[in-house]
Amino acid sequence: MLKLKFIVPLLLFVALGIFLFVGLYRDPRYVPSPLIGKPAPEFTLPSLQDANYPVSSKELLGQPWVLNVWGTWCGGCRQEHDTLLAIAAQRSVPLVGLNWKDDNIAAQQWLAQLGNPYAVVAEDREGRTAIDWGVYGAPETFLIGPDGTVLYKHIAPMTMEVWNKEFLPRIEAARATAGSKS
Amino acid sequence: MSRYFRAGVVALLLAFGGQVLAIDTEAAFDDPVLQHRYEQINRELRCLVCQNQTIADSNATLAQDLRREVREMITAGKTDDEIRVFMIERYGDFVLYRPRMTAQNFLLWAAPVLLLLIAAAVLYRVIRRRGQETDIEAEGPEAGQS
Repeated sequence: MLKLKFIVPLLLFVALGIFLFVGLYRDPRYVPSPLIGKPAPEFTLPSLQDANYPVSSKELLGQPWVLNVWGTWCGGCRQEHDTLLAIAAQRSVPLVGLNWKDDNIAAQQWLAQLGNPYAVVAEDREGRTAIDWGVYGAPETFLIGPDGTVLYKHIAPMTMEVWNKEFLPRIEAARATAGSKS
Repeated sequence: MSRYFRAGVVALLLAFGGQVLAIDTEAAFDDPVLQHRYEQINRELRCLVCQNQTIADSNATLAQDLRREVREMITAGKTDDEIRVFMIERYGDFVLYRPRMTAQNFLLWAAPVLLLLIAAAVLYRVIRRRGQETDIEAEGPEAGQS
């Protein structure tokens, strides 16, 4: 009885300590997306380069693709830009840009000066599509499967480590399951 | 300066200071009932860019955009719950300042009641044992000595 009296509070203390310790290393700015595993929100937006040419998420069905939310006002986007160019050079999946609440001319200049990693860029001037996707801080990068479900979301500048570790395996897995179905 | 004057100044500042801090300079609705609902909902939604502020407190562009969504949904006749669901579907439960009870956080909600029950049970046992101990002492051969 005396042992139990001693052990129970000790165990509680250790459990609390573990929770607090793990909590120290969790990033409060990372908010898990409720969209993972759900159908990606559809959008049809004007293309950044030509407003007459709309970009529709429906056209991308049937293949894995990546949506990268960016803006010229976003420092992290500048930081990840070279990584995006390197990823685009791999030609593994279409990289779709969502230009979030930006100035059209500034955005076009950005791409002209730094290089354009995107297959196509949709212009979300009013930020409504970004809200549908639960975007709260650029840069954010989504991976969408061939069936149109959101497979993964990365919040922060893209790095080659994240791309190789989180994106590429999921792209291969998505291709494998899509291939076995058809 | 009298105490009363100073108290009066403080009272005035408290009464009108809130309006100085308000982010929305113009009322979103002419109808005071709708305006009240609008302000109420804004005060319950977290601005995810500036996490410790509500979208009513923040002037971040995302907060402005979310206030616009709330305004339009109210205009479209959506209920408060429908507006909350709209936000949760996009940003998750974290967007709510007044969290819902879900399977994941049920323990957190139940914890105060559970802890109270455990404490009550412990207290009951301690009191009963004390009672028994004094009874034994009273009946023992050394009764009256301590």
